[in-house]
Amino acid sequence: MKKYWRIVWNGITPANPILILAIGLCSVVAVTNSVQNALLMTFVFSFVLIFSEIIISLLRKVIPGDIRVPIFVVVIATFTTIATLLSRAYFNSIYEAIKLYIFLVVVNCIIIGRAEAFSYQNSIVDSIFDGIGMSIGYGWVIIVMAAVREVFGNGTIAGFRVFPASYSPALVMILPPAGFLILGVLVGWLEFTLRKRKVKK
Amino acid sequence: MSYLANLGKIFVASAFINNIVLLQFLGLCSYIGLTDNMHASIGMGYAVTFVTVLAAAVTWIIDRWILIPFHLQPFLQIVSFILVIGSLVGLVEIYIRKMSPHLYKAMGIYLPLIATNCLILGVTFINSLQGFDFVESIVEAVGAAIGYFIAMLILAGIRERLRNSELPDFFKGKAIAYMVSGIVALAFMGFQGMIK
Repeated sequence: MKKYWRIVWNGITPANPILILAIGLCSVVAVTNSVQNALLMTFVFSFVLIFSEIIISLLRKVIPGDIRVPIFVVVIATFTTIATLLSRAYFNSIYEAIKLYIFLVVVNCIIIGRAEAFSYQNSIVDSIFDGIGMSIGYGWVIIVMAAVREVFGNGTIAGFRVFPASYSPALVMILPPAGFLILGVLVGWLEFTLRKRKVKK
Repeated sequence: MSYLANLGKIFVASAFINNIVLLQFLGLCSYIGLTDNMHASIGMGYAVTFVTVLAAAVTWIIDRWILIPFHLQPFLQIVSFILVIGSLVGLVEIYIRKMSPHLYKAMGIYLPLIATNCLILGVTFINSLQGFDFVESIVEAVGAAIGYFIAMLILAGIRERLRNSELPDFFKGKAIAYMVSGIVALAFMGFQGMIK
């Protein structure tokens, strides 16, 4: 049990795909202008990541080493298509707003990276836990960013009003540049706390 | 509006007003990862320009002549585009290595990175979503690639200066690069009044 917890925890902070490894950033900055977008993106991402890790880990003894990357890409593209059709059916209005970034989950470096580095070498159960850990690591970062941007930029969280209606929103927070700024602050903050902990030890 | 003016509008819009990196956030991995080296940014810029235009042309033909007539677009578009771009990049790499070793030295090492660059796939999806015709797609691709090139050069230049400036330790490297690109993006938003 402890081993699985370590795999999950690895994705949440020590090897957080966004803050530490800095890969798969396109969707992160783009969809965090509202919490609903971030939630749908997290759903699509976890769906694609977990299922493609399962399939690749099942097939790892069959896939020849030389052409493994094209095979990973086909598996990931299949699940991305399924996720696209699902979100178009059930969350149509949010889907219309961020559909380009949902398509682009297929070239998300995190998913290809995890397929190559983890599930191609490990058993199915390990891969499932790795997928869950990475999804939580991805999800918490984009949901926190989206909450900050939406509260200050619009006065709401996921559509519910937080600040009174007389609050005049800082519009720049939901415009593109603030995505970069908040990500920069978050990365700097994480670096700061990690360093402090290291010094204490 | 004449056709030519329309093309010009698409070009300016994709290069500056909707800059593909700073305002649409495509290709961020290589944007953050490679810009601490001016040389690498230039090589990557050339390689991306070349492949984006080629990919836009090929995927337009596939989209219009195969996927749409046979009603395959909703569920085969993603798979076919990514496979076509992947194999295209492989072919280009082989061809360049054979025909021009000099060119291969300049941009060859960046070609494998490009196969999974979101920018290239993103441009082809934008073309398909907007319903551009063949020439418009090419112009959009050229504009997007030039926008990427400009953004890479700006950030690489700034990061070269940042190396000698005094920053808090934990902001060095990526954190400050994000913040700088936020400010550059703010500047690029100033282009937004250019086309009505």
